[in-house]
Amino acid sequence: MRWVSISLLLLLVAVVPVAAQEESEKEIERYRSMIADPMANPGYLAVDRGEKLWTAARGTKNVSLERCDLGLGAGVLEGAYAKLPRYFADADRVMDLEQRLFFCMRALQDLDTKDVVARRFGGPGKTSDMEDLVAFIANKSQGMKLAVPLTHPKERETRAIGEAMFFRRSAINDFSCATCHGEDGRRIRLQALPNFTKPGPEARETMGSWPTYRVSQSQTRTMQHRLWDCYRQMRMPGPDYLSDGLTALTVFLASNAEGATIAVPSIKR
Amino acid sequence: MRVVLIAIPVLSGFLAAAHAETPRADPALVEKTVAATFSQAPEAWRARVVQDETQRQCSLSRNEPAPAEAAAIQAREAGTIVYPADGGVIGDWRRGAAIAQNGQGGQFSDAPGVASGGNCYACHQIDPKEISHGTLGPTLAGYGKSRDFGAEAARVVYAKIFNAQATWACSSMPRFGHNRVLNEQQIKDLTAYLMARDSPVNAP
Repeated sequence: MRWVSISLLLLLVAVVPVAAQEESEKEIERYRSMIADPMANPGYLAVDRGEKLWTAARGTKNVSLERCDLGLGAGVLEGAYAKLPRYFADADRVMDLEQRLFFCMRALQDLDTKDVVARRFGGPGKTSDMEDLVAFIANKSQGMKLAVPLTHPKERETRAIGEAMFFRRSAINDFSCATCHGEDGRRIRLQALPNFTKPGPEARETMGSWPTYRVSQSQTRTMQHRLWDCYRQMRMPGPDYLSDGLTALTVFLASNAEGATIAVPSIKR
Repeated sequence: MRVVLIAIPVLSGFLAAAHAETPRADPALVEKTVAATFSQAPEAWRARVVQDETQRQCSLSRNEPAPAEAAAIQAREAGTIVYPADGGVIGDWRRGAAIAQNGQGGQFSDAPGVASGGNCYACHQIDPKEISHGTLGPTLAGYGKSRDFGAEAARVVYAKIFNAQATWACSSMPRFGHNRVLNEQQIKDLTAYLMARDSPVNAP
């Protein structure tokens, strides 16, 4: 019941007249700080489930993910998310957190990942291991500064690919990411659009607040899901889960969000 | 000494490069990555991933084509415009209002065969009474009135909706007619919505 009233409030804010906008924004800010409380944000249920999944022995090797190297050494969780995506020599690939977890599930646990992929996005009565693990691991970088490395040539190449994809127009409406997120101060209907084409507070605010609990979907969502949803709105086909193109876009966005304070899981409409 | 003199500019150049933007990606590598990103797309959706020449040019130039390239794009896109056979471009503004409001269609989450709307309000102010409008495009409130409801102005509107890039290379606006998002009747109805004397868009 409590979540219903919060979702109603957040939905209302999306449709109120511009004149009332300022007052509503103050209200929403008040609610945001209220529900950012770990005891109130349902995203923290995903954090708790993710912790159990991280330590659970699974797969034919019957081991946990605790030996998984997320970039700072095997099993190091604190601060790992703040530096992802990054280049991993053992895979010779730039990976985001979900790609890396998928790699560890196969390499360490020999887990049957078909089920993990089938449940990549949670829904009614269906939790997602990936969304839960990402919520748990990202939360271990709480309060830290986003600092995605761009030192390895493949990291720089990935960023450049992501930037090109951001500006790449395609499909029946000729949309690119930049169509909506390429200028300051624009809106779709009444929804404000962050400009992601340059470093700044808008990119930092966004990239520092994912994963997030989406009230309208009643699920904790990761950047993989957000980009999948963007392509849906761009009238493109659904991008492949864990594809390198989504990681490239994430690196580009994160590079414009350098120094963002990580506050996750956040809560959004 | 000579070694030092050479080393300084090389080193400072390197340091500057490290802080500058990364160089642009090889377009072939970008296309390879894009193809791999949509490798599971259903057969009927594959064509949407592939760019036409205009999309390719606008992407590479970041929507700022050089003058000669812009002229070539506009000439090519102008050639796609098909006007109604009887020359009439004014439909029913009431239906146009509904099309302008309708953001359905074309998404993989839509029911198959759902009719596409124009979703004009996502980007434009149109009827001044509708406050839920975007700001990605210019305001169109009072559009017909400001052009004296002229017949030629109406043809320009029809052409603009059919293919916005015929008059503005790399415009953000979708090429609704060319890409068959909207049909001839829908474009006529939207033209009426902007141009008809009794349309609320032109209310005093």
